[in-house]
Amino acid sequence: MIFVKLFYEFFLIGLFAIGGGAMTIPFLFDLSDKYHWFTAQEVTNMVAISESTPGPIGINMATYAGYNTAGILGGIIATTGLVMPSLIIIILVSRALKTFECNPNFNFLLKSLQPAVVALVLNATIQIAQLSLNSLLPFLIFAFILIFMRFYKTGSVFYIMLAGVIGYALKL
Amino acid sequence: MKILINLFVTFFKTGLFTFGGGYAMLPILKDEVVTKHKWATEDELLNYFSIGQCTPGIIAVNVATFCGYKLKKITGAIVATLALVLPSLIIITLVASVLSHFLQYEAVLHTMRGIRVGVAAVLIKIVYDLGKRVLAQSHFIKLDCCVFSVALLAVVFLKISSVFVISAVMLFSVGRLCFERRRR
Repeated sequence: MIFVKLFYEFFLIGLFAIGGGAMTIPFLFDLSDKYHWFTAQEVTNMVAISESTPGPIGINMATYAGYNTAGILGGIIATTGLVMPSLIIIILVSRALKTFECNPNFNFLLKSLQPAVVALVLNATIQIAQLSLNSLLPFLIFAFILIFMRFYKTGSVFYIMLAGVIGYALKL
Repeated sequence: MKILINLFVTFFKTGLFTFGGGYAMLPILKDEVVTKHKWATEDELLNYFSIGQCTPGIIAVNVATFCGYKLKKITGAIVATLALVLPSLIIITLVASVLSHFLQYEAVLHTMRGIRVGVAAVLIKIVYDLGKRVLAQSHFIKLDCCVFSVALLAVVFLKISSVFVISAVMLFSVGRLCFERRRR
C-alpha cells in the first residue's frame, strides 16, 4: 500500500514540478505534512545530500525520500514515479510532431506559472531557514556564508560543505 | 543492440558526472551525443533542452527520453532514462543507508547542523537568482507580481498544497489565454 502511495505522490511531483531541481523541495515539504514519511528537518538533509552527490537533484531527492520511507524498493518506486510523467509526455510529444517547437500558447502558460514557482520555492526556503536558524550562532554562520557567496563564486556544494566544516569546528 | 548499449553507457555517465542537473549536463551531452556518437546535431540538442524546459518533469529526464526515443523509439527512451537515473539510485541508496548509522555520532550531528545552515543560504541564492530571471523575462510585471504575492500568501498562511497552487495558476492562465483570443 505504501508503495502505491509513494508512486502516486512522486508521479504528481514529476507532473507538477516544472523546471525540476529546487522545484521538488516545496512538494517534499507538503509530503512531510501529509504522511509523516519523513520530518521537515529530514527534507533539509535530503536537499544537502542531493546537492552534494552526482545526478539530477530531483531524482536524488526522490530516491532518498523513497529509501527513507520504505527501504531500497521504496527508493526505486519513488524514482520511477517521478520519471514516469516525463517519459510518457516526451514520447507523446515526439510521436505527435516531427520537429517540435514550443507551442506559443503552451509556452505562455508555463511562463505564467513561473511567479508561482518562485513563491513556492521561497516558502520552502523560509521553512528550511526557520528549522536551521534557531539561535544566534547558526544565524551568524548563515550571514557569513551569504557574504562569502558574494565575494567567492563557486558551486553550491562548496558552500554547503563549508557550512558543514564550520558547524563541526564550532560544535554547532 | 549496440546502439542501446551505447545509449545506456552515455546516459549513465551523464547521470554520474552531473552535479545539480538541468543545464549542468549540457557539456557532457554535447561531447557524447554530438561529437562522439553523432546522434544529434548541436542545434537539435539545444532544441531538446528548450522542449525539456517547456514540458513538465525533470529537464535531465526529458532530454534523455528525447534522445533515446529518437534513436530506438520506446525501448531507447526507457533505456536512456533508466541509465540516467541509475547512478543516483545507487549512490543515494548507499549514502542514505550509511548516514542513518552515522547520525548517532556527536561530530556528525554538528556537521549536519552546519550543512543545514549552508542549505538555507544556497536556497536563498537560488530563489534570488530565479526571481531575478523571472522578473527580467516578464511581459506582465504587475500581474506576475500579483500572482507571486497571492501564491506566497496561500502557501505561507493558508498552508495550501503546492499541487493546488500550480493547478490554480494554470487554470487562471488558461482563462487569460481564452480571454485574449476572444478579444482579438
